[in-house]
Amino acid sequence: MESQITIQKRELIEAALTRQAANPQAGLQKRPRWFEQIIRVLLLFSGVISIFTTIGIVIVLGTESLLFFTPPAWIDSFKSLEELAYPTSDTLHVSDASAFVVGDQIRIINEEMLVTAVDLDADMLTVERGYNGTEAVVHNRDAEILLADVVTIGEFFTSTQWQPQLGNFGILPLLNSTLMTSLTAMLVAVPLGLFAAIYLSEYAKPNVRAALKPTLELLAGVPTVVYGYFALTFMTPLLRSLFGIEVVGIYNTASAGLVMGIMIIPTIASISEDALRAVPSSLREASYGLGATRLETVFKVVVPAALSGVIASFILGMSRAVGETMIVAIAAGAGPAFTFNPFKGAETMTGHIVRISGGDISYNSIDYNSLFAIGLLLFVLTFALNVASRVVTSRFREVYQ
Amino acid sequence: MSENNPTRQSNLPDDQTFERQLARRHTRSGVWRGIFLMSTLMGLIALVALFGNVINEAFGTVAFASKLTESEISDVPLSELDGPALAALLGEYAPRRLRVIVRDELSVVSAAEFTTVPVSVALAHAEMPESMADRTITELSDEEVIQLLALNLSADQLYDHVQTDVIGLELLKSWPLSTTLFDYATIQAEFDALVEEKDPPNPHLEFRSWLNWDFVTGSQSSYAELAGVRTAIVGTLWIMALTMLIAFPLGVGAAIYLEEYARGGGWFDRLIEVNIRNLAGVPSIIYGLLGLAIFVRTLEQLTSGAVFGVTGVNGRTILSASATMALLILPVIIIASQEAIRAVPQSIREASYGLGATKWQTVWHQVLPAAMPGILTGTIIALSRAIGETAPLIVIGASAVIFVDPGGPFSKFTALPVQIWQWTARPQEEFRNIAAAAIIVLLGLLLFMNSFAIILRQRLSKKL
Repeated sequence: MESQITIQKRELIEAALTRQAANPQAGLQKRPRWFEQIIRVLLLFSGVISIFTTIGIVIVLGTESLLFFTPPAWIDSFKSLEELAYPTSDTLHVSDASAFVVGDQIRIINEEMLVTAVDLDADMLTVERGYNGTEAVVHNRDAEILLADVVTIGEFFTSTQWQPQLGNFGILPLLNSTLMTSLTAMLVAVPLGLFAAIYLSEYAKPNVRAALKPTLELLAGVPTVVYGYFALTFMTPLLRSLFGIEVVGIYNTASAGLVMGIMIIPTIASISEDALRAVPSSLREASYGLGATRLETVFKVVVPAALSGVIASFILGMSRAVGETMIVAIAAGAGPAFTFNPFKGAETMTGHIVRISGGDISYNSIDYNSLFAIGLLLFVLTFALNVASRVVTSRFREVYQ
Repeated sequence: MSENNPTRQSNLPDDQTFERQLARRHTRSGVWRGIFLMSTLMGLIALVALFGNVINEAFGTVAFASKLTESEISDVPLSELDGPALAALLGEYAPRRLRVIVRDELSVVSAAEFTTVPVSVALAHAEMPESMADRTITELSDEEVIQLLALNLSADQLYDHVQTDVIGLELLKSWPLSTTLFDYATIQAEFDALVEEKDPPNPHLEFRSWLNWDFVTGSQSSYAELAGVRTAIVGTLWIMALTMLIAFPLGVGAAIYLEEYARGGGWFDRLIEVNIRNLAGVPSIIYGLLGLAIFVRTLEQLTSGAVFGVTGVNGRTILSASATMALLILPVIIIASQEAIRAVPQSIREASYGLGATKWQTVWHQVLPAAMPGILTGTIIALSRAIGETAPLIVIGASAVIFVDPGGPFSKFTALPVQIWQWTARPQEEFRNIAAAAIIVLLGLLLFMNSFAIILRQRLSKKL
């Protein structure tokens, strides 16, 4: 290192001397340093990439979700024309009029129409032809009728059905199972993570701590697909042998949630431990001085003093659980179901995204757009949780001298 | 105040009660200490169960049936034979399958045309002697077809065909390691029942390590016992290399900017800082959706290599996967590099400035070398996170089944974790076995990278 500095110094001095010789007055002025400027811009660009990423996420999720909510999705009504329809005729004889109600938008080939009256007895529809600027053309007998299905925000958040083939897009079943798995995970991870943090920070001798802590951290380094495998091949059979094969399904949210809880233990334990260790020992000593036992000191003094950090760790753990994908994709089940039974299979938001995008999905289909709508909700949820955890840490932190 | 004294007195327990309560309080304290310890140990137990379960599935007993046995058809073990010898075996024992294999492996035309057009057309990409080119496949003699197979198929592919078409190895059932070790009687009983029920030819039980060299170096197959992870390993290595290439300069550059150029800076610098911390908390599947929309779809011309003259692929390539992964691990690299740069003592910078060095000279010659161990460790840890990421790869479209190793940034790909996911999702027991074997390969790769990071840190920091 020394020689490097000497060489560098010599180079610098030599360069300065040559410059000086070439132009005796140059050394005194501030010269623009183009190379330094270019480097600075390049470095700034690297920093700005992260902003672009965030903007990219917001724009991509936003625009694709907007596409999901605005145009009508055309789904098959499984009905067809019974008679040839001329461009001028505004009544259609259909195979079953009960599938339509007044106000429905329908489409045959490229022409859109608005249903203005329905005659159930004669299976006749009265329609406004050439709706939305489309051209009224002649339609053959047996032409298939598509039915418009506009996904409204209200339907998205209140409907309990998620069946893309039938045009039902209610997020509740997916959201419900996401919450079920996440809450199951928290039931495991909150006590175990907090207690482990308490043990490591308050009870363990330094050498015991040095042995146990890396083990916990090892859990955090295991790929989630391995946890998924564990859930399916170990936890599910275990649950089935405990509660009975008829009660517990091959895919169930309980198994995914329990294993996810194990995965989150290190997150909660390590952040909580940092918070507990930050509590000054004078508080503990004061508590012991008043005759409190170790347990009383832990629960009545140390944990309350570190509460902001501990709660922040819970929220962060929840955020990880909501966004976790592979465990639920493997073990929680492949099919949206609105159920509160933890032993039944139910697809979560992340699990649904993985399953649908796993195949060769065609762009601009309603399925493709729906992924981004789910993604947006997921992003908002985790973002809110992350912000909440930061607010809790900074606002409710007790500062000790 | 004196009026309060008697009440306070009465609140205090008498000596006997106090002793009793004290004992109870201490017992409770002791019990909870045990609970705390148990909670900590639960992590360890979970880890043991996790690895134990994988090992349990990766080794065990299998029952095979086969039309012929290896020793019946060849004096030397099949795995030691070369391509022509294997092709000859196919010709000898499965002459009817020869043309079917040619069709399945080499034909570029439809099954209907295959027998009617000349082989030079039907097998447009295959090597063949001039003399065969003008005839149709049915006009070729068996010997010529064998020659064709030996010329165009690898020994691995021919070996698989000998296994399936000649030996006709059929996996009947598999049992995990625990049953093999502790309850072999059950296996024997189940095996006997199976043989009685199905009466398969040449049934036999054997101990099998699903993790073996053939598994690591073999290509994909629809039979679990012949499948390997080479394609997936190559895919993972390609993705990691490109991810590193993209993320390392960007991540270190951003860290240098934030630490050296923007110290105590304005709102924009703070925005970048806060933004990076937020990005670190975004679920990986969201990055997958971002990659799908931006790299796979919008930049399809670039990521499919169309602008470079590559044809026949869509945007679901290694390049898209790497770019997505790079964005995913960028925050981790930036935060780790920032910490490493911050740890470089200010005196080194000041000494450098004192010698007349410019800002960039100081950063390049002094700060970066000093921070490099920390930066590299952080990068490798970030990469080892990326190596296990599955969801983003699935979302941007890792291919389910590919038989050709990815050979560049514009290839279709699969990766180890994706392969594990697909095998796990299959209902058959034997695919769980190979998924477990693949998990061991993945964990081995992770272990290797992490120990490499530790060694690197130690060696580099010694030098300084």
